[in-house]
Amino acid sequence: MSQELLRIQDLEMHFPIKEGVLQKTTGYVKAVNGVSLSVNKGETLGIVGESGCGKSTLAKTILGLLKPTSGDIFYEGESILNYNAKQMHELRRNIQMVFQDPFSSLNPRMQVGDIIAAPLKVYKTTKNVKHRVQELMELVGLKPEYYHRLPHEFSGGQRQRIGIARAIALEPKLIVCDEPVSALDVSVQAQVINLLEDLQKELGLTYIFIAHDLSVIKHMADRVGVMYLGKVMELSNNESFYQNAQHPYTNALLSAIPLPDPVKEKERERIVLKGDLPSPANPPSGCVFHTRCPRAQDYCKKNVPLLETKEDGTAHTVACFFPIEHAEQIQK
Amino acid sequence: MLEVKNLKAYIDTPAGIVKAVDDVSFSLKAGETIGIVGESGSGKSVLALSLMQLNPSPPTFYPQGEILLEGKNLLHLKEKELRNLRGNDIAMIFQDPMSSLNPIFKIGTQLMEAIRTHQNINRAEAKKKAIELLKDVGISDPERRMNDYPHQLSGGMRQRVMIAIALAGKPKILIADEPTTALDVTIQAQILDLMKDIQKKYGTAIIIITHDLGVVAQLADKIVVMYSGRIVEEGKTEDIFYHTAMPYTWSLLRSMPRIDTSSRERLIPIQGQPPNLVSPPKGCNFNPRCPFATADCLKIDPSLTERGAGHYAACILSEKTFEEGKLQLENFETKGVPL
Repeated sequence: MSQELLRIQDLEMHFPIKEGVLQKTTGYVKAVNGVSLSVNKGETLGIVGESGCGKSTLAKTILGLLKPTSGDIFYEGESILNYNAKQMHELRRNIQMVFQDPFSSLNPRMQVGDIIAAPLKVYKTTKNVKHRVQELMELVGLKPEYYHRLPHEFSGGQRQRIGIARAIALEPKLIVCDEPVSALDVSVQAQVINLLEDLQKELGLTYIFIAHDLSVIKHMADRVGVMYLGKVMELSNNESFYQNAQHPYTNALLSAIPLPDPVKEKERERIVLKGDLPSPANPPSGCVFHTRCPRAQDYCKKNVPLLETKEDGTAHTVACFFPIEHAEQIQK
Repeated sequence: MLEVKNLKAYIDTPAGIVKAVDDVSFSLKAGETIGIVGESGSGKSVLALSLMQLNPSPPTFYPQGEILLEGKNLLHLKEKELRNLRGNDIAMIFQDPMSSLNPIFKIGTQLMEAIRTHQNINRAEAKKKAIELLKDVGISDPERRMNDYPHQLSGGMRQRVMIAIALAGKPKILIADEPTTALDVTIQAQILDLMKDIQKKYGTAIIIITHDLGVVAQLADKIVVMYSGRIVEEGKTEDIFYHTAMPYTWSLLRSMPRIDTSSRERLIPIQGQPPNLVSPPKGCNFNPRCPFATADCLKIDPSLTERGAGHYAACILSEKTFEEGKLQLENFETKGVPL
């Protein structure tokens, strides 16, 4: 059994909606609404979901950038929510982030060398900063000669490499990647995914990899969690998730991805979900997915399904009263 | 119906002339769907905007070529004639449905404006037509939705409204520039289905521009692959996917993360970056990134040659060399057999 690095327990992050002159709170946007997850050392946990499902808010709470409404986060067995500034400073050395937009996440007026050196200077880990930065640049596949260049001189993929170099500068244990490749072209996207995987092997990193693209996650993650309206709907290891998806939402997501293969694409049965994502300020009663679910029954409108392990004892868990059974999938 | 012949669209920038579209030819038949595929900077959007003559000019200029719509050359039309043509003959939907709708007008007003620009009818009739169009694009409760502002709609709904506006003039050709890129997959599936339905109902020819090979596999009859302003491969959808003849298309297909392969399979990226269009590489534009490039590729600028019925590719390698190269490369990757 591998060691647990991070555990999130019943995490809730509600943002107040303020209205009127007196800014009275009239409701809450329930961005993250009862999420429990754990991440083991050295693995990649993939989190997928559509926009507005709370995946980025989850990332921000893990990094301590947002204070959750309730619930707890444990890093190496210790609750981090009540850490003081000094403890937080130490913790951030171990948890770093790679952002989605390689354009806005780098200061346009700073030289690349200084961008990557910033964490090294804050934590004063090394005397020879320049040497370390060049080492890092080589590690992520950038020429060390580019030290004095500015971000605008680089392409999207190269900028994402700069962001990655900055994230690994302090040799963190956990990196939260929030949609790190969704702004990149396919050919470059594959380069960055492979780089992240190589770095994981070399440096023993643990990733929380957030994406909306299930096919990217398939190539990256050891375990996959699907979020919908602030809740985890299904959580499983990679193989079981893609071969034996049980939640109707996961199934719809998988079937909505167009395959780059015209014959398979024409033969395939597609489940097109009706309607849009409900507002997280006013989520549906019972199972949050029942408004769009093709299998929903009256029971789903009143009762909330929990993320439970099925009887066969596998690590494949699903929050649904009427999950898609294996036999049915084989038939299909 | 639409024929583009040797079109060049260059952009004059302080850094030099960017050959955004360089000697591109293709044709579109009535009711057909053609997919234009390429990465950012491959010139696909400039090409689409040239078809509507919407590229700002200057800096864009067209040193060569013809865009023939039922025999008329669009490059020689006056602005007034072009205005008449846009919307009536060719309409366009864009990637970002938020910034292409006016945030301060109700969607009903915007839709009715589009209708009344193209048809000489009164407000009441236009309103009736607008409601009908909204119903056609799958918006529920269209009477009430007419009074909504764009910010009250979700991304998918906005894209539906954009499609309704594009359909207002009953165009013969609908150009969709990355229509689903900003949308979630489940909403993307809805919009792609809608486009298929519309084509069936109105017989509109569709030009869909995208970087997603999955989207064109689903929608297109014919595919044009662009790289650095040029067409590098063109053919029926099946030919492009199953009889790929150009190393770029082949590499692009290989580099895509897919859900129908085994889990955690390592991706095979295309090395390097897309070329700078101000000073493109000598010879074939793809040679710095091509795994099969030979000494000749650095010298010879390949033109499209026929590889099968209606299937063209721009590559000087013979079919045999390409096949052998692929096999060698795959052996190297899987079994470590040296190249």
